[in-house]
Amino acid sequence: MSTHTLSVLVENSPGVLARVAGLFSRRAYNIDSLAVGPTENPDISRMTIVINVESHSLDQVIRQLDKLVNVIHIAELKLTDSVQAELLLVKISATSKNRFDVDAVLDTYGAAIVDEDADSMTIEATGDAAKISDLLNALERFGIRELAQSGLVAIERGSGSLADRTLSTQSIPTADSGQADYQN
Amino acid sequence: MSKKMSGASSLVQSLESAGVDVMFGIPGGAILPAYDPIFDSSIRHILVRHEQGAGHAATGYAQVTGRVGVCIATSGPGATNLVTPLADAAMDSVPLVAITGQVPSAAIGTDAFQEADIRGITMPFTKHNYLITDPNDIPRAIAEAFYIAGTGRPGPVLVDIAKDALQKETDFVWPKGLSLPGYHPQLEPENQAIKDAAALIAQSAKPVFYVGGGVIKANASKELMQLAELVGAPVVTTLMALGSFPDSHPQHFGMPGMHGTVGAVTALQKADLLITLGARFDDRVTGKLSTFAVNAKVIHADIDPAEIGKNRFADVPVVGDLKHTISALIPAIKAEFAKGRADLAPWLASMNKLRATYPLGYDAPKDGSLSPQYVIERISALTGPEAIYVAGVGQHQMWAAQFVKYENPRTWLNSGGLGTMGYAVPAAMGAKVGAPDATVWAIDGDGCFQMTNQELVTCALNNIPIKVAIINNESLGMVRQWQTLFYEGRYSNTNLESKRVPDFVKLADAMGCVGLTCDRPEDVDAIIKKANSINDQPVVVDFRVFRDAMVWPMVAAGTSNDDIKIAREMAPDWDSQEL
Repeated sequence: MSTHTLSVLVENSPGVLARVAGLFSRRAYNIDSLAVGPTENPDISRMTIVINVESHSLDQVIRQLDKLVNVIHIAELKLTDSVQAELLLVKISATSKNRFDVDAVLDTYGAAIVDEDADSMTIEATGDAAKISDLLNALERFGIRELAQSGLVAIERGSGSLADRTLSTQSIPTADSGQADYQN
Repeated sequence: MSKKMSGASSLVQSLESAGVDVMFGIPGGAILPAYDPIFDSSIRHILVRHEQGAGHAATGYAQVTGRVGVCIATSGPGATNLVTPLADAAMDSVPLVAITGQVPSAAIGTDAFQEADIRGITMPFTKHNYLITDPNDIPRAIAEAFYIAGTGRPGPVLVDIAKDALQKETDFVWPKGLSLPGYHPQLEPENQAIKDAAALIAQSAKPVFYVGGGVIKANASKELMQLAELVGAPVVTTLMALGSFPDSHPQHFGMPGMHGTVGAVTALQKADLLITLGARFDDRVTGKLSTFAVNAKVIHADIDPAEIGKNRFADVPVVGDLKHTISALIPAIKAEFAKGRADLAPWLASMNKLRATYPLGYDAPKDGSLSPQYVIERISALTGPEAIYVAGVGQHQMWAAQFVKYENPRTWLNSGGLGTMGYAVPAAMGAKVGAPDATVWAIDGDGCFQMTNQELVTCALNNIPIKVAIINNESLGMVRQWQTLFYEGRYSNTNLESKRVPDFVKLADAMGCVGLTCDRPEDVDAIIKKANSINDQPVVVDFRVFRDAMVWPMVAAGTSNDDIKIAREMAPDWDSQEL
């Protein structure tokens, strides 16, 4: 088993998340995480899907995904060719007494305090899975009350963009009595 | 150019613009607005008795004509009754468009009367589907639905339309072009793949054509004939491909798989190259996958890239429409053959000997009762290869695959992938509508027939004179066969008692059909001739057959094709064959 990050451009249409999630479920593919959000083009959303598969079935996953009519393009983003990050929000027990120790940890990981009161503080951090995991380990001794984590999002390094390369504006002509044209 | 009209009229105009000439359906509350303009439309609407019948009829029509079949139903139960035929069409790659009414958009999600999330329900087994709540979206959705259903690997598309979208006023504008950025079926194979395939074929000393239903979808039978005769290799046609290559051709080895011929199964097992055309390495063909054709390289040509490598690694994948692919292969192979090719003579000699030693056959029942295989063989012989044969699912289906002689594509319809009992009567109805001049025989089981026979009423009232042969063994015969073989003859709930109840002759009569019965071998020909002579009414023949007849050969589920049995506990005599 190995982990792969897929960046999937989809039409921003109702039900597309259900289609993708349903496909993974019915074909018994394991999703580690899935993050979906808008792109620079309002008609297109990007899903970043982290999956755990046998290497030979990665092709199969990609081909099955590609059969969904709303899926426009799929690319595997390798660690070396992409920037990958997830978002962590974690609430820890902290008081003015250990504030100094907390700050030291946050400095190391580039994390920030986004909310605090008398006996707790909420910390925001971004980074790859290893960094987030290390940060959580470091924070454990203060007492973790609650945490929320996003799925991974990723983008290709360099100036290229998936959308530029894949979006064709080509239109399929329809005939007035269309059927005959659609048959093989 | 646009015209003001209701969403319902826009729907019907869209269907007319898409070239629809017939649709099968039943009205109901949510779809009711659409039925008003249907009343005046040029489209023939056939009022069925159950929505499942509408779906299978649309499938039968599509399989026979190659056009997109259309069915229509209301929301809730009307829509959920289409689920089985949609799943069936997805498994067998049938181009279908299903139109369903939905509750008004404001009521969606409130558990309203007759509300069912049919778009959600059908996502796994439609090629694509739509929920339309804005009447302006109707023409585009219909145009896209027909395009998606009929192109690439064909499949079913559902368009669910909220009732208020049908009622509101809209401008009808048939789209000039479609924008589907995520849908680009690849028709032309890549040159390199064709060259690689041709090279493998020239090197192969034991090639076999493994032909699937894709050849029929691609209308590529003529091209297949040229290719097969050029290469000279044995041809096996799967359950979905029967008729794509003539049974009478000397290179034809029959059907492979669980109930395939010894020749076809063994040719695949012993081959050094499978030339796979529009087939998908289904478990019913491969048997235990790890033991399937272990010495063979694989050329896998299919229009669906996801089929390639799904079950079996492909040494040479060829993505494209099979008509294009085969047409490109022929000159490429000729060029390779000009440089030289392996000698097929020893392979053909051993395969021809094997085929001659183990033809399909059956024993006449010792008690003198009617043999089901004999009935089917005689229907084929007396009706001929121009007729269309439609089966349900089970023993009778396998016998119809084995003992009807197919010479032409689109003359054999059955539920291959999903295995839908009850398919035959409604699919035969749709086939007859699509090919009104052809004789259409539904070869059905007594179990299957009791699932969907009400569509004979539709046939009787709409001048759709199909013929139904009920192969009545008063059992769920295939299940009973497995109980005989694997459950020590403990016949739990497979006894249908259908030689006692119902009286199929009376039932046929009550539904406006001619009912006939036959239980003696000597009467079979006369009864079939009589049925064939009746062309103004549907005919139902109750063939009361030997109950314990079994389908042979058989590769038991989950076992290797090497363990094929030609009768109970009887394997071919491999030692006498030089393979």
